[in-house]
Amino acid sequence: MDFKLSEKEQAFRQEVRAFLDENLPAGVNKLDPRFLAEWNKKVRAKRWVGFSWPREVGGGGGGIMEQVVLKEEMAQRKAPPLGSCFMGLAWVGPAIIQYGTEAQKQRFIPDILDGAYQWCTGYSEPGTGSDLASLQCKGVREGDFYVVNGQKIWTSIAMWSKWIILLVRTDPSSTTKHEGITCLLVEMSTPGIEVRPIQNMSGGAMFAEVFFNDVRVPVENRLGAEGQGWQVTVSALQSERSSIAEVTAMYRKLEELVELAKRTQKNGAPAARDTRVRRQIAVFEAKIEAMRLNGLRSLTLQLRGEPLSSETSINKLLRAELEVDMGDFALELLGSASAYRAGTPETVDGGRWQTGALNWPEVVIGGGTPNIQKNIIAERILHLPKD
Amino acid sequence: MDFGFSEEQDLLRAEVRKFLDARCPLERVRKLSETGPGYDAELWRELAELGWLGLTIPEAYGGAGLGWVDLVVLLQETGRSLFPSPLVSTTLAAAAVLENGSEEQRQRWLPSLADGTRIGTLAFLETSDSLAPGGIALLGKPDGDAFALTGEKKFVADAGSANLFVVAFRTGAGAGDLALAVLDAGSPGVSAAGHPTIDATKRLGTLKLENARVPRSALLGAASQARPAIERLYDLGAVAVTAELTGAAEQAHALTTQYAKDRIQFGAPIGKYQGVKHPLAEMYVELESTKSLLYYAAWAVAESPGELPRAASLAKAFGTDAFTRIGIDGVQLHGAVGYTAEYEIQLYLKRAKWARPVFGDSDFHYERVARLGGL
Repeated sequence: MDFKLSEKEQAFRQEVRAFLDENLPAGVNKLDPRFLAEWNKKVRAKRWVGFSWPREVGGGGGGIMEQVVLKEEMAQRKAPPLGSCFMGLAWVGPAIIQYGTEAQKQRFIPDILDGAYQWCTGYSEPGTGSDLASLQCKGVREGDFYVVNGQKIWTSIAMWSKWIILLVRTDPSSTTKHEGITCLLVEMSTPGIEVRPIQNMSGGAMFAEVFFNDVRVPVENRLGAEGQGWQVTVSALQSERSSIAEVTAMYRKLEELVELAKRTQKNGAPAARDTRVRRQIAVFEAKIEAMRLNGLRSLTLQLRGEPLSSETSINKLLRAELEVDMGDFALELLGSASAYRAGTPETVDGGRWQTGALNWPEVVIGGGTPNIQKNIIAERILHLPKD
Repeated sequence: MDFGFSEEQDLLRAEVRKFLDARCPLERVRKLSETGPGYDAELWRELAELGWLGLTIPEAYGGAGLGWVDLVVLLQETGRSLFPSPLVSTTLAAAAVLENGSEEQRQRWLPSLADGTRIGTLAFLETSDSLAPGGIALLGKPDGDAFALTGEKKFVADAGSANLFVVAFRTGAGAGDLALAVLDAGSPGVSAAGHPTIDATKRLGTLKLENARVPRSALLGAASQARPAIERLYDLGAVAVTAELTGAAEQAHALTTQYAKDRIQFGAPIGKYQGVKHPLAEMYVELESTKSLLYYAAWAVAESPGELPRAASLAKAFGTDAFTRIGIDGVQLHGAVGYTAEYEIQLYLKRAKWARPVFGDSDFHYERVARLGGL
């Protein structure tokens, strides 16, 4: 066991820190569009956008450990994201690199790295949530086109996206539900696509329903072979595994909770002195630290070239508990003041705690509910029979 | 960066497991539990020959010269098989001598702790059952060049079989006026008795001191300055106990998972139903997280001592709550047979009850984490 970094990795950490000192000065408005545009240009020039992607497609060719260092330093300083095309960088890009044709790579990868536009993800359907492979949205081959009919739902940022990565059923007669699915890359401006935003319980509208009515998609925009869609999806979703940045963000949330406990009251005394408050905060810390160390154990397997365990599911479950419980605990600390809605003059801290306590489903439900994660652990790791 | 075990450590784990499976399977554990001392002197000698009693004692004093990460490997296995012996107690007594003793004191006690002729244990707690410095009230009365001790030490692990006690006592009224000394079981005024515990494989007891003399030569470090040493020994104790409970919890989880695959109800193995498989998955998350916290604490013992208090507390707090739950749910998922003396799972439930208070329960350790975190 050894937690030291190699000289090369340490030098890289210094490089990242120096870059941040120069380009992320204290007090800068990180939401200012002009600042963000400059930031995106600079990190792109460093090849830190798509840092782990091969250099020949324009990525950074960075190693596993350097990737960790980069994410850690960025999260530590609350830096803006490395690149602005979130889903493109998270899974669309990796899927195109792995399964795309040369022409597709040249057409899409540079735009994803530059953040030229957004991608959204068309997987879930009204009747297809946790059981993703049961999807019904139809794609029928007609000459050089697939004609798509059906509906997707919970499609995050669909209203601001130029392209969608879409799963459709091209062979309804396949013997298993995982076969007969094909992955298409579809421009959102294609005639026949309609987007209807869905309002969520915290008042925002980040996701939408997307309807497809005789939408004609050129065959050249198929990703991978016909019927290979399930593999394309699964391997792309697996490319985003490291939880390093998440952990740093969770530690920041914990600091904010500690700070909140110091300025709120419970039973007529400072909440920070209350036995249960103290214990609860320490329990959060234990779970966050466990996430950090679980991540490092799995990283070690990766570095040693050994097969990966399902660290992702373990840490996803821990994170789900933390997101729900920490959000709720903050409201508990606020006492009666927690009842005010965000935006009213009496709300503490502008209502950010109320918003936080209502926004966890985005993380907790998206990408597999806790119950699905438990099935994965029980069936794939513990080898209990499928139900 | 490498947060995993070495090939040598994997080999050690395999070797210990093979030895314990062959020489001390659970039928043997059950028989030994019914005897007075609760362990097998012959196996104890074999453990010494294998180098496991003095695993963390340097070779210069007759030990194997390995570290706490290696020790965790050993203790996870003794925990897994519920192996009954004063191994943890003796290891902690050796750590007290090694880390705080003079060269002469190390020469005097360590070789006999490594070869098993001496059985050591820590005698710190008193009736207050408090791990804080104030919990040590036993006052050493200056007596010429020595201290005289009269009083009782409570909850002393393996009190009945130990013949070397590392005793913490008070030299003044200040919170930190504490001393650490080695007492021989045979010296005048020293008597001890061990009793069975809720976990029949463990022994706990009381050390009685009647004007027992502690000569200067028996003091580990300077009088009135032992507080940091005592706190670190509590941390080492927490790491050692967490290592054993992690091994035991893993086995309890494995037994229950196997039962869920074998037991048929409503026409299918019960592990098919989410009411059974989900608790097993939740336990697995807690188990893997306990391991991660434990391994980091074990690494910190030698490599990052400043981090040890927080790391040890996180591991013991999280681990002991996880094991408590695994013990209870393990029995419950077994159904009625889990309640029988015949099935193994109940032995692990009892181990969980035993392990909870030892070197601090989760309330104690979480409070400490909160304090260290600035609350």
